[in-house]
Amino acid sequence: MSPAMSIVRRIQTWLFILLLVASAAMGVVLWQLRERAHQRLLAGQDSAPTQAPVVSPEERATLMVANDADSSMQPRELTLPLPQDDGSRARVILGKLLDLYALPDATHPVPGGAASIGQVFLLPAENLNGSPAASAPARNAGPAEASIAAARGVSVANSGAGQKNTAAAAQDGGPELAVVNLSSAFVASHPSGIEAETLTVLSICATLHANLPRVTQVRFLVDGQARDTLAGHADLTRTYLASDAMPTEGTNP
Amino acid sequence: MLDRLAIRSFCNQVVSGAVAAAFIVAAAGLKPGCLIAQETAPAQQPIPAPPAAPRPATLPAAPRFVVVLDAAHGGDDGGGKFGSLLEKDLTLALSVRLRSLLAARGIAVVTTRESDASVVPERRAEIANHAAARACLSIHATQTGSGVHMFVSSLPPQDPARIAAWKTAQSAWVTRSLALEGVLNSALLQAGMNVTLGRTALSSLDSMVCPAVAFEFAPAGGQKGEKPATSLDDPAYQAQLAEALAAGLLAWQAEARQP
Ligand SMILES: [Zn+2]
Repeated sequence: MSPAMSIVRRIQTWLFILLLVASAAMGVVLWQLRERAHQRLLAGQDSAPTQAPVVSPEERATLMVANDADSSMQPRELTLPLPQDDGSRARVILGKLLDLYALPDATHPVPGGAASIGQVFLLPAENLNGSPAASAPARNAGPAEASIAAARGVSVANSGAGQKNTAAAAQDGGPELAVVNLSSAFVASHPSGIEAETLTVLSICATLHANLPRVTQVRFLVDGQARDTLAGHADLTRTYLASDAMPTEGTNP
Repeated sequence: MLDRLAIRSFCNQVVSGAVAAAFIVAAAGLKPGCLIAQETAPAQQPIPAPPAAPRPATLPAAPRFVVVLDAAHGGDDGGGKFGSLLEKDLTLALSVRLRSLLAARGIAVVTTRESDASVVPERRAEIANHAAARACLSIHATQTGSGVHMFVSSLPPQDPARIAAWKTAQSAWVTRSLALEGVLNSALLQAGMNVTLGRTALSSLDSMVCPAVAFEFAPAGGQKGEKPATSLDDPAYQAQLAEALAAGLLAWQAEARQP
């Protein structure tokens, strides 16, 4: 073996060891990152995936399904795995409702499906006679909810763990305002018309109230921004009352 | 697998962080209590700077029974787009037809637009309120559903004696608006129309101080398994709608005359 060859061999060996160490180090770092992200996933509410985790127990939910033919809403029961946190539950349930509307034979056809619901934030309900009724601390505060509450000048009691907060909110039991963040793609492809837009808004309000009875008020954002109308008609600048959605106006025979 | 999970969760964090930031901005802009809480100037003194709009066409009013016809959308606001049809053209066509029919029957008509012009919702309500109308009809068209959809403001009815805020001025008239809707409904049913009734939140309607109904027409028939739908711009269909509405408004006038 020539001296040159042996040098090359040595360099190859060192290179191999170096790469081996580097791969091992990267493996450790990635493992740690994964663990940390996993912890954050468990703790964070708004970052919960739209698809409920497999560990969630199957629960009953009620969808208030709109029908364009007679401007009505019909309840539809279903069983599905739901996350524990109320905001994530609301998002999963509304996602199911919009999935129904995206089917080809839908009674109220609107394209988009579950992906159209960005997030659902739950805040203490506003006192509609004036100042926000939110002198109480924001409960069930995930990071983003805490930010909203902070933006509204509300003190935040954020203990971090989602489950604990949910339990606290359940005990508190005050009326809640749901802020539904829709995607701009959903709004852009929504059929135009008073009936079509009103039914979308009211069926979302009614579905929220049916599954989270403490939700008495609903507001809408589009990609996190306030918007005048859904698709040229239904006013999105107002606070909708869940009670608006309940009595479905009579239809002529 | 592991790193993908990690990267995905990491991305989730970044995305939700950005969304949260957007929420702070938007939530800060949310005013509490739009539905009931009053926040703006009284209905008598509407918007601070009324935008320039075309002069409403006014017909001489012999008796003081004025009807306001509001052809929704117009100009930059095309409204719904149904194939080659634009909502703004369909609503104007029906408004013009109905105006002629009412004028022929001696009813004074004020329209919010007579051409393809942009008129903001505040201006529409302003025109209606200035006319001291006995009936206000906001005309829309849609491809969704079938027949006619009529809507009254979803504002809770309020004592007319109270001074109402501009954005919720209609609340004092909701009871009368429901009565008008009932009379129009009878006329439309008599004409063989398929009618659905509902409540809605429309900014122009909510600022009107008159019995006000949003009238939305969809193609007649054409539901699953039925015969093909009538086109929204079908002159015969538009004439049929205008005749039925004119009959309804005449009945409303007769009712108003009674002591
Ligand atoms: Zn319209």
